[in-house]
Amino acid sequence: MNGNALLNIGIFGVFVAATLVVVIRASRNTKTAADYLAAGRAFTGPQNGVAIAGDYLSAASFLGIAGAIALNGYDGFLYSIGFLVAWLVALLLVAELLRNTGKYTMGDVLSFRMRQRPVRAAAATSTMAVSFFYLLAQMAGAGGLVALLLGITGKVGQAVVIAVVGALMIAYVLIGGMKGTTWVQIIKAVLLIIGAGVMTLWVLAKFGLNLSGLLGAAVDNAPKAGEKLLSPGLQYGTSGTTKLDFLSLALALVLGTAGLPHILMRFYTVPTAKEARRSVVWAIWLIGLFYLFTLVLGYGAAALVGPDKINAAPGKANSAAPLLAEALGGPLLLGLIAAVAFATILAVVAGLTITASASFAHDIYANIIKKGEAEDKDTEVKVARRTAIVIGIVSILGGIAANGQNIAFLVALAFAVAASANLPTILYSLFWKRFNTSGALWSIYGGLSVTILLIVLSPAVSGKPSSMFPNADFDLFPLSNPGIVSIPVAFLLGYLGTVLSKENDAEKYAEMEVRALTGVGAEKATAH
Amino acid sequence: MSTAENTSGPTPSDSAGQNWVEVQSSPDFVELRSRLRKFVFPMAGLFLAWYLLYVVLADYAHDFMATKVVGNINVGLILGLLQFVSTFAITTLYVRHANKNLDPTAEKIRAELEGGRS
Repeated sequence: MNGNALLNIGIFGVFVAATLVVVIRASRNTKTAADYLAAGRAFTGPQNGVAIAGDYLSAASFLGIAGAIALNGYDGFLYSIGFLVAWLVALLLVAELLRNTGKYTMGDVLSFRMRQRPVRAAAATSTMAVSFFYLLAQMAGAGGLVALLLGITGKVGQAVVIAVVGALMIAYVLIGGMKGTTWVQIIKAVLLIIGAGVMTLWVLAKFGLNLSGLLGAAVDNAPKAGEKLLSPGLQYGTSGTTKLDFLSLALALVLGTAGLPHILMRFYTVPTAKEARRSVVWAIWLIGLFYLFTLVLGYGAAALVGPDKINAAPGKANSAAPLLAEALGGPLLLGLIAAVAFATILAVVAGLTITASASFAHDIYANIIKKGEAEDKDTEVKVARRTAIVIGIVSILGGIAANGQNIAFLVALAFAVAASANLPTILYSLFWKRFNTSGALWSIYGGLSVTILLIVLSPAVSGKPSSMFPNADFDLFPLSNPGIVSIPVAFLLGYLGTVLSKENDAEKYAEMEVRALTGVGAEKATAH
Repeated sequence: MSTAENTSGPTPSDSAGQNWVEVQSSPDFVELRSRLRKFVFPMAGLFLAWYLLYVVLADYAHDFMATKVVGNINVGLILGLLQFVSTFAITTLYVRHANKNLDPTAEKIRAELEGGRS
């Protein structure tokens, strides 16, 4: 499809040019740290909600889930349910309280009533760890996507494209800061949801708007899976271990979202907690709607493209949605959907980069190295910009190295780290009076180490043909996803660390609770 | 920047002069916290239990989930779609609760504490 490659590049070029113009326009008013790191807190709830959907619906959600449903049927659908239900944790327990007590980063909230420097260092460490795994997944996905859409199959050619994606992302973040990045997310989310929506209606129209007919056609076109395509178990139902693995994954998905630093940081871009609530509500409706679309797209790809053709394509499962686009609307729709998929990767990578660089500049540089003296100064923004360049280069190199790795595995890893290292500390910090510095450090570092250790010892890394190192054999832990062990361990460590330390600042908790629930003294929007 | 007061942010320095413990034990605040917790904790328990029930059924009760109800639509698909419905429903219920029962009290306390400030 070399003729189509030019079309694909052309459509993508238009997207990049249009978003760069928006980013440059948005950057005109970016002056202070609050402008650069939190977009002046001036976005409305609905705008931020769309941007959250843009940040959350990564390539793993779009290409990954549609492909998983096309090949594994119902088991792919289970991912979307975990990803969606997870938002209730953010809505009910985290978003508003976080908005009221923090400023730019997750570290602001976690260190509020603790000893600042050690807790900020821990929060920054886990922010970087989660962002890095998530970045790797997106960059690795870019490589596979390129193979499919541009017909570039050589590793060198793919590496060049990964480098171009990385360089564009650095440009967005440097020029536009949080404001520019947010606009990129909004544009991308609108394109993605409209694109998926049009394809969904198109597929349904082909089957006379009859979901049952579509499911039947999918079963007929997938003789190997047959009826099993419609019920759970095709992917995870083979043995006791895989069933347990699925339970573990489900836990990491539902508890991970509210601990993802790049999602948490989005709550600081709105002026009040009430707007933060509105933004989560918008995000939940949009994300839910999108996952309903992917259900139709996945079964549509099974019915109209077929598992054999999907498996034979360069990106395997990840190519199901683009192939469906081609089957429906020919090269033009394929080009549009391909551009949207690229835009998705670009936007998510930019969001992750600004989060990781903000955490370094605000938590480590301004508050640990400069002991708070550099906070809100120009140097904080300067450090954030420089860190973005470093992170960009590291993620380009990591993406090239991880090219070809399983995207869903890397994303599930990021969720497991977020659910284990971040969520327990966030919840304890907001709701448990007795919680203290020692508990926070035990939970963050303990959760992080246990999660990473179990992943290193898992069959995802060694011992199986599909592993990262198929020839080595140190898979002592049987599950690919560590959540079912690491999440309870992190909660337990947070409890033990707390009760074994005498530190307890009741006054500081009183201040935090009053601020969290009422919004007294919360950071306000900057007026220009 | 809009105002001079908020440039320092939530650091210990600008909490000086405010007796937070007193505010925390005031009847208004105790009522606000109780209304928040009485809603979000049971609701969080409920949706997590319902989600886990669904996951366990999908994981261990394949035959039950494969039972056809209408055409090719089976119990698994219906329960899965009900997860979407319950998520949307809880979202709507929470917003209604927060707008009606939480925001007015929170605004009242905030206005008292911030005094003449906006």
